[in-house]
Amino acid sequence: MIDKRIASMRAAIAGIDSGAAVMIGGFGSSGIPFELIEALRRHGADELTIISNNAGSHEIGIATLLRDRLVRKVVCSYPRSQGSIWFERLFEEGAIELELLPQGTFAERMRAAGAGLGGFFTPTGYGTKLAEGKETREIDGLGYVLEYPLKADFALIKAHKGDPWGNLAYNSAGRNFNPVMAMAAATTVAEVEQLVDLGELDPESVATPGIFVDRVVAQEGILS
Amino acid sequence: MNALTPPQMAERLAQDIPDGSYVNLGIGMPVMVANYVPEGRQVIYHSENGILGVGPAPAPGTEDPDLINAAKQHVTLIKGGCYFDTADSFAMMRGGHLDIAVLGGFQVSAAGDLANWATDNEKYPPAVGGAMDLSVGAKTVYTLMRHTAKDGTPKILDACTYPLTGTRVVSRIYTDLAVMEITPDGPRVIELLAGNSFEDVQAVTGTRLLPPR
Repeated sequence: MIDKRIASMRAAIAGIDSGAAVMIGGFGSSGIPFELIEALRRHGADELTIISNNAGSHEIGIATLLRDRLVRKVVCSYPRSQGSIWFERLFEEGAIELELLPQGTFAERMRAAGAGLGGFFTPTGYGTKLAEGKETREIDGLGYVLEYPLKADFALIKAHKGDPWGNLAYNSAGRNFNPVMAMAAATTVAEVEQLVDLGELDPESVATPGIFVDRVVAQEGILS
Repeated sequence: MNALTPPQMAERLAQDIPDGSYVNLGIGMPVMVANYVPEGRQVIYHSENGILGVGPAPAPGTEDPDLINAAKQHVTLIKGGCYFDTADSFAMMRGGHLDIAVLGGFQVSAAGDLANWATDNEKYPPAVGGAMDLSVGAKTVYTLMRHTAKDGTPKILDACTYPLTGTRVVSRIYTDLAVMEITPDGPRVIELLAGNSFEDVQAVTGTRLLPPR
């Protein structure tokens, strides 16, 4: 009997220890698992490595983890955005480590981890500062950079609908990084707006097959 | 010296977007290009967060919170548009499926090297986003930027002094003073704008320009 439904946000993030590497889906404010992030903040694990495209803004989402000084390192492509005050403050203090990656390399490294690949050669970043120290190769006359898979202990992702087997469907551009993160983490937790019964999702609309998902939890309104 | 305004710069570049193109517009001045593509041309806009067919801003009150562009502004989806995940979105770039990327620039070199993601200020956190993938992946890269920095120093140089985004990636530079094409012999002015002479433009450029043919 497969049933990946979890009763509460608090239970959904159980097992995330201090020092864990945690992927968090979303882009800007789109497709972000805000309730799981809040549960993680209350949970109190610190020294976290947060792997997410942005580093939060204002006083919501990832910014609250930074504000509460629960984060040791951020792996992302675009930490700076309007209102990213907490990231900028910690960066200036030297209180946070940053690993900056080109956005496509960031996504593909997670896909590689989820797809069981040992790495890949990308033309992105060749000849730039972000390729310094990385192995390079010329293939058919073009320069490429070797990039390794990027894994995590947990992925916290957000979907529109989920079923008891963890099949997920997204709302518009809320898909973004969520499917690749679901593949790349040892334990994937999906926050959904709606939990539906098995068979209710149109199989063609499933963008993340349940095999990549370990826990599904419905939003419970802990932010309001 | 006369100079085009940013909307006029965007309007000038928009004339060179062909009908039927798949186009990515970078954050800042490049997004304005969409407002000026001549009527009758169909252009499909790509957004790195997983959209083909980005439409205009929604009417107030009808925003979909998940439907945003790369600049994190609310947008709409045109009829025929679609969504996909980030890995597919960047496959479209690196795989050479995207016709044109219009990117802002801090500096462009005579060889077409682009610097647009970091300066030499170490205290200020760098952010790269999709700029490197777009610059190497799109079939054609147009840079839209002012000809000189705010303090008047040239932005078109023999070699960039800021960290590079991509090497030999820029095809054309559109500024407030001129349109230049990167050739094997260096940047050639193909159009002088705002009534400036070739000598006027050369005087504020940090590399030797080739005159219009």
